Amino acid sequence: MATVEFKGKTFEVDEDGFLQKFEDWSPEWVDYVKESEGIKELTDEHQKVIDFLQDYYKKNGIAPMVRILSKVTGFKLKHIYELFPSGPGKGACKMAGLPKPTGCV
Amino acid sequence: MPKHETPLLDQLESGAWPSFVADLKRQAGSRQQKQNEIEFQIPVDVVDDLLGLLELSYVEKEVHWKHGGIVGVFGYGGGVIGRYCDQPEKFPGVAHFHTMRVNQPAGKYYKTDYLRQLCDLWDFRGSGLTNMHGSTGDIVLLGTTTPQLEEIFYELTHKMDQDLGGSGSNLRTPAACLGESRCEWACYDTQELCYQMTMEYQDELHRPAFPYKFKFKFDGCPNGCVASIARADMSFIGTWRDDIRIDQEAVAAYVGGEIKPNGGAHAGKDWGPFDIQKEVIDLCPTKCMWMEGGKLNINDRECTRCMHCINVMPRALRIGNDRGLSILCGAKAPILDGAQLGSLLVPFMKVDESYDGVKEVIENIWDWWMEEGKNRERLGETMKRQGFQKLLEVTGIDPDPRHVSEPRHNPYIFWKEEEVPGGFERDINDYRSRHPK
Repeated sequence: MATVEFKGKTFEVDEDGFLQKFEDWSPEWVDYVKESEGIKELTDEHQKVIDFLQDYYKKNGIAPMVRILSKVTGFKLKHIYELFPSGPGKGACKMAGLPKPTGCV
Repeated sequence: MPKHETPLLDQLESGAWPSFVADLKRQAGSRQQKQNEIEFQIPVDVVDDLLGLLELSYVEKEVHWKHGGIVGVFGYGGGVIGRYCDQPEKFPGVAHFHTMRVNQPAGKYYKTDYLRQLCDLWDFRGSGLTNMHGSTGDIVLLGTTTPQLEEIFYELTHKMDQDLGGSGSNLRTPAACLGESRCEWACYDTQELCYQMTMEYQDELHRPAFPYKFKFKFDGCPNGCVASIARADMSFIGTWRDDIRIDQEAVAAYVGGEIKPNGGAHAGKDWGPFDIQKEVIDLCPTKCMWMEGGKLNINDRECTRCMHCINVMPRALRIGNDRGLSILCGAKAPILDGAQLGSLLVPFMKVDESYDGVKEVIENIWDWWMEEGKNRERLGETMKRQGFQKLLEVTGIDPDPRHVSEPRHNPYIFWKEEEVPGGFERDINDYRSRHPK
């Protein structure tokens, strides 16, 4: 498994660049990932999505459905793609440190 | 010299059917030969390693791809199926082996110009292996690496005017039968409706917003050549509502043995001379046909448009002129709660050029299912959980006997409160005044 070092932190990641352990997440992770996810500057709106995904995951043990993410953050799906070009799964969940989405993707 | 020994796969090169092993080997050899002409963007020996990996799976009887894989292109939430080999040291050529879904033209008609351009792109930036086509309909480009995805997407869109197909919890790539392009039974232009709906709902196709996957398929008639009733959450099947057109002279020609039944489909075996009574009239499911004075008669009011008689005598019987389609909902494979075929929702709808009627049904269903559908719940399962009645309510369609194959036999019948005189609020004391304990 690949290991990434960034700003003095070490992260274990899989081939798709997802964190292996949610507990390893730190703000530096977001900094590290953002470029590969097509994000120049992190805004409050990015942070709002990341915070919600993390809260939801801690509480429920799964990522929220897209509909719930939209409803709670107030961001339409279109806006979520403006924030995270690869979308809520590959973009936002990866940055929030959530496990890789599975199933018939 | 092949890179890996493949004794088990080699056995699949014999026999009459086109051998995928022979084709793979030829492609592997071609990449070796052309490596000085083409600057291959993924390993030259990708196909050799695929054969090696497959041989290993044949020996061990286990798959050697890792679980899942999340890759894609910016702006889209689907279209690429990420895949990684679990033996990357042994088979580095397929360490990354992602699949790209490319949206196919309805009916899968091509010009060689287009296919050549696609092959040139795929030879250069992928394995050169394809699946023509995926079951949902897409052109499937089998095997490339992550850094190539955006490159391929750029060339597809900028040079070929060609988009990706769908994957994930979204509208998947729609598909249609050949329709009016070369079938006399098509009751509407399946390719056009398929194309129009694909374009109308591009957003829903590229950015997953649904509880789960959702498929459209368009069949021109009940023969179901794209199997929409089994393989699409919303199935559009052509039909007509006036009379079957009968050419009595042609009927006589069939009876007289001048024209082969079923377009000669059973010519490989001697089934005896054509017997219209036995092969058509007695097989009609509603028994609404009869011969009288050498003429074929159909009681069209009782005809369920099963296509049998038309299929047997294509030159004598034609579909009616008042054409449209039926919409059926909810087909799905077994997981989770059992396989389903589509259930009839709209018995008949004319197809006009605005497609407003079709779009209204689609969008009403989506509005409901997107709100009420549970995570990873297909439309068919939401229908089971919330009831067919709910589907009728959200689509604004009145219940009709055609909505059931039979009425319910259990008496667990729900009533709405407003349908019951006096409502549901009752006082037990009022009851006790007439019925002491």
